[in-house]
Amino acid sequence: MEKAFSDYDPEGFFDEIFESKGVPRPGAGLLLDRIENLPEGDLLLRQRAAEKALLQMGITFTVYGDDAGTEKIFPFDIIPRIVTASDWSIIEQGLKQRIHALNEFINDIYHDKKILSDGVIPPELVLSAASYRNQCENLNPPRGVWCHVTGTDLVRNSDGRFYVLEDNLRCPSGVSYVLENRQVLKKTFPKVFAASRIRPVDDYPNLLLEMLQSLSPARIDSPSVVVLTPGMHNSAYFEHSFLAKQMGIELVEGRDLVVSKNFVYARTTKGLKRIDVIYRRIDDDFLDPTMFRSDSVLGVPGLMDVYRRGHVALANGPGTGIADDKAIYAYVPSIIRYYMNEDPIIPNVPTYICAKPEDRKYTLENLDKLVVKSVNESGGYGMLVGPHSTKAEREKFHKLIESDPRRYISQPTLSLSRTPTIVGEHIEGRHVDLRPYVLYGKEIAVIPGGLTRVALRKGSLVVNSSQGGGSKDTWVLSGDDEPESEGDG
Amino acid sequence: MLSRAAEAIYWMSRYVERAENTARFIDVNLHLMLDLPGRNSPQWEPLVTVTGDRDDFLTRYDSFSEENVVHYLTFNSEYQNSVLSCLYMARENARSVREAISSEMWEQVNSLYLMVKEASIEDREHSTPHAFFHHIKMSKHLLSGLTEEIMSQGEEWQFFRLGMMLERGDKTSRILDVKYFILLPRLEYTGTPYDNIEWAAVLKSTSALEMYRKRFHRITPREVAEFLIFDPLFPRTVRFCVKSAERSLHQVTGTPVGTFSNTAERRIGLLKAELDYGEIEEVFKMGLHEFIDGLQTKMNDIGEAIGENFFGYTSADELDSQSQ
Repeated sequence: MEKAFSDYDPEGFFDEIFESKGVPRPGAGLLLDRIENLPEGDLLLRQRAAEKALLQMGITFTVYGDDAGTEKIFPFDIIPRIVTASDWSIIEQGLKQRIHALNEFINDIYHDKKILSDGVIPPELVLSAASYRNQCENLNPPRGVWCHVTGTDLVRNSDGRFYVLEDNLRCPSGVSYVLENRQVLKKTFPKVFAASRIRPVDDYPNLLLEMLQSLSPARIDSPSVVVLTPGMHNSAYFEHSFLAKQMGIELVEGRDLVVSKNFVYARTTKGLKRIDVIYRRIDDDFLDPTMFRSDSVLGVPGLMDVYRRGHVALANGPGTGIADDKAIYAYVPSIIRYYMNEDPIIPNVPTYICAKPEDRKYTLENLDKLVVKSVNESGGYGMLVGPHSTKAEREKFHKLIESDPRRYISQPTLSLSRTPTIVGEHIEGRHVDLRPYVLYGKEIAVIPGGLTRVALRKGSLVVNSSQGGGSKDTWVLSGDDEPESEGDG
Repeated sequence: MLSRAAEAIYWMSRYVERAENTARFIDVNLHLMLDLPGRNSPQWEPLVTVTGDRDDFLTRYDSFSEENVVHYLTFNSEYQNSVLSCLYMARENARSVREAISSEMWEQVNSLYLMVKEASIEDREHSTPHAFFHHIKMSKHLLSGLTEEIMSQGEEWQFFRLGMMLERGDKTSRILDVKYFILLPRLEYTGTPYDNIEWAAVLKSTSALEMYRKRFHRITPREVAEFLIFDPLFPRTVRFCVKSAERSLHQVTGTPVGTFSNTAERRIGLLKAELDYGEIEEVFKMGLHEFIDGLQTKMNDIGEAIGENFFGYTSADELDSQSQ
């Protein structure tokens, strides 16, 4: 038969696996050999087996706007994405630096606001943000840490450098897919996996639990930690349940919790049980109807008061959304310089803030070249990809931006890197991003791996699962040297 | 454990048990058709009567034909007690407590639902009905086995068992009630081959035929009733189910069996005593149908008390007084 990759062509894009046509990157040779030497049809059989395993495990997400509560498997591609040790080292240092600075920023914003009085960021940009919560003023979370769990979206441009595309400091999801994809791939390519010396991600639930326990206000050996979910119709419910199970703690909904005499309790078969730490996967808006949206039935009335008293810990802290507002994003390099006196290790994508007249003008004149994003939406909703847009779509965004400029930013369309992906019966290049996960407890830890999201539609740059994206396992190599020997598994 | 999780496990278990019982009833009736051809062929109506949803059936179909009844009980997604609907509910409940049960249990409930769902689209039951219903039964047994083998016998396990046993006891009593009612007028024919086959089918519907034979050898209606209600050893009899449910309830509360700390325990204790010390002669004196009616009312009352004692959501004011 023909070799699986004989027709594969990077077509001028930066490719994660091939340096150029037929020339693998360091660390990718063993995997490519293995795939090329599989009996005919075997790669597709392995792909089907992996999909079947995911369906049986019930690893699904809910699509909004579809029939209520429709479940789908998150499309999964078995050809892994490989990150070399040297690339990873930059990512790791860069994320530690960035998260440290953003946490300082949040703490400053809810206390002295020095960064605003020093004129680094226009105060009105922060104070007008929907994600700024005046309810969080003067709150003092344990050790001053607000953003305990983050997932930062990185992309690689045609220059081969990684850029930060988006910070996610509220309730970033996807880490369960990182762990489950790894389980599936270990079965798919066991011998290549063993020989490639890939850094493990399986420790994540332990690290997460230790971090959560470390937040407990009660000085006891085994504080009571729970995961708070909006419920099984939430798109990330699988993940909430998965993480609770991996940590061996309870998954609660708002209605399972009750505030009484300044503490939070869970309703159990044996009466009320006190809760010390809540890993909440509910947005600020819905957390406590007495403080935020009063129509929320998902949250726990009175929770914020208990939090303010220091009787319960919340991860992430409320109010962290101010640091991943897409307009604030443009200032993150300045934020890093301000708090750390260092240059950013991972650069930002240049960003035009439509609230600024000159940026707005530039954006409106170049809608066909830019990506326009709404500052308060995620998941690929409310977004215009200029080069792929129709005239009508551009006109719509023209009006939207003019009517509410504070809501929009724009960025040049990057040439996202591609990686080989199974499409139908053969292999083609598809664009990918990378979301590594960062835990901030006593110190900052970056999990060696992450969610590689892949835009499955040909030419598409939108990797979100809600917009036809899939995922891949991400192999972070532990050394830059080629793996040891040939395997046949 | 969380009240909500306890409730979800309890219902997951009840729904799977209900689906399996229905599958077995249908399977046995399909077999019976092969043994009783022509004018003696078995009726399909009683299968609907057993569910207690006869009126609902009649609003949807005009006759108790095999096709109508099998479709109604197996695949009708608008009917809440069809095999498909029960498995859907079981899966939804399982999904809401995936972290509280083992991954294998969830996967088992999930694949069973997906299998039946797929079959409902293809109408697969028509080509190989026996294999289809057999698969449902065996999947259920696999779930029970997984629960037995790899789940800690903590509260989660006890609520699983509680749901399973109460549902099973209820279903055994119902099949006996309905079949007895139909076969009773023909008591004078007792001993004819057809009659034996029909009574054997009642036992098969509860998988009890072989165990019954070990104890009574010959099949008589009276002894079938005695076996299915009072036998202390066979795990599908009403007495056995009530006793197992009682044990699980007491494991949850820690109250010794023979005493009670809440209404559910008191009610189940009363029912168990009645079954431990009751005799079939008394039952027939009272009337089998009346007796079983009473049984079902009592089991429903137990179910209600479990809801109030363990799953009930109390108001914040009441909680204030409890929490201090």
